[in-house]
Amino acid sequence: MKLIVAVIRPEKLTEVLEALYRLDVQGLTASRVQGHGGELERVETYRGTTVKMELSEKVRLEIGVSDHFVERTVRAILDSAHTGEVGDGKVFVLPVEKVYRIRTGEEDRNAVTPVGVDSHRDPALVQ
Amino acid sequence: MNAADTTWMLMATALVLLMTPALAFFYGGLVRSKNALNTMMMSFVALGCVGVAWPLLGFSLAFGPGTPLLGDLSAVLLRGVGLDPAAGATFPRLLFCSYQGTFAIITAALISGAIVERMRFLPYVAFIAIWSLAVYSTVAHWVWGGGWLARLGALDFAGGTVVHITAASAALVAALMIGPRKDFARHAVLPHNVPFTLLGAGLLWFGWFGFNGGSALAVNGAAVLAFCNTLMAPSVTLLVWVALDLGRTGKVTAAGGATAIVVGLVAITPAAGYVSPLSAMAIGALVAFPSHYAISYRSRTRLDDSLDVVAAHGVGGVTGALLTGVFAQKAWGAPVDGLLFGNARLLLIQAIAVAATIGFTVAATGALLKVVALFAALTSSPAEQGQGLDISQHGEEAYTSGDGALLLLSETLPRKSALLVPTEGGAR
Repeated sequence: MKLIVAVIRPEKLTEVLEALYRLDVQGLTASRVQGHGGELERVETYRGTTVKMELSEKVRLEIGVSDHFVERTVRAILDSAHTGEVGDGKVFVLPVEKVYRIRTGEEDRNAVTPVGVDSHRDPALVQ
Repeated sequence: MNAADTTWMLMATALVLLMTPALAFFYGGLVRSKNALNTMMMSFVALGCVGVAWPLLGFSLAFGPGTPLLGDLSAVLLRGVGLDPAAGATFPRLLFCSYQGTFAIITAALISGAIVERMRFLPYVAFIAIWSLAVYSTVAHWVWGGGWLARLGALDFAGGTVVHITAASAALVAALMIGPRKDFARHAVLPHNVPFTLLGAGLLWFGWFGFNGGSALAVNGAAVLAFCNTLMAPSVTLLVWVALDLGRTGKVTAAGGATAIVVGLVAITPAAGYVSPLSAMAIGALVAFPSHYAISYRSRTRLDDSLDVVAAHGVGGVTGALLTGVFAQKAWGAPVDGLLFGNARLLLIQAIAVAATIGFTVAATGALLKVVALFAALTSSPAEQGQGLDISQHGEEAYTSGDGALLLLSETLPRKSALLVPTEGGAR
């Protein structure tokens, strides 16, 4: 299992979600965050106070997936979040030691497999 | 000069002026947070550019004697517009000019609802300033300045034709020429602050008492009738709209309720001082149906009239103008009876006024936007729209914590100066 952490442009969130849903990646957490990734600074003025905005609004997605799902999930994010301008964001893939589903107590791969999909029988999900 | 009339017109002028900030809140709540300031500024800037264009030139074009088609330059730069009442009036001509100016301001601001979240700001400012002179003043002259529609006998008590049909016709043309938002029909685009929209609708209603009540231009029965009809008609529209919402989705929506109030106000505007209170309530009830339908229908088309100016002000305005021809009643102060009281001719005249206003406004607005487009691109790039127009057009954000903002000590310093002092919370 891996935890995929993606930091993306807020305006790309809908497209990324659409791409993920097409892959049947249904379980994810999204948060609004602020970050700096080397994009050009914005200069803003509020009644004579001129400031350089170092932090930009971003959305952070956290997605726990089985190993064989990692690559296509990352690929979907890379494709759908891309504009080509500085500030498109990052995707991190982190190892995960243990996952539990709170409702059922299921562990690991069962815990990250959407309800209704049998992770042991579905040939598409067998490594 | 009559003290009571003057007092009421002073108050009515302030009430109508409040409608433009109210519209800013109504529209501002309906857009995404990244465009909130831009949308609100599109209304507020009309206070500046139309507020200046009107006394310098627009008032003269609208209310100078001129010809039946257009006023003249006799009152340019407020020549002859002073503290003496005009012939037949009971309060100073300067106050009349100011009162009418608040109408010109809100009419121009209304157009912005169709082109929010993508039109570039400076071309917009140029567009509405010239539009208020070329289009608004012309139609105002036709109806209120002794022009051909007034001579024909068209009834428009407070501006159903002059304000709402012109604004909606211009909105339709602008939405078509400026094109849809980059996300239109691809992603859901939801209101970011429906409470703002409710606040705006409430303040619009409050201001509308000056809009309709003040259009009697005196303290008299017509003012009281228009004032009371302004209370009753939107109440009915709100109730009917609630029922239509219930029928469609099983739930009563707040954004729908706010819209219903505006639709009811728009519809009663041309009839306010000419129909009985019960007729006003009938107008309020009837207008809900076409406008409610137009809003659901529009969202299934390719027309990105983003905040439904056409459905609310166009459909509502046309319905109100035609129903004025049905319900107008001599017994309640109208110069002639309407269809319901045996005079079918008034309905025909109202229809002519509606058609002429739409035709002229569509053609003139289209030509004007073509001209403005020669000097500047009208539409923001997809990247600017993605970032939001608050940042790309104004260099400000509606909702920012200021975290991570570095204070630039002086704008005369080079941009890359080392003299950058982190503000509190600006640690890096």
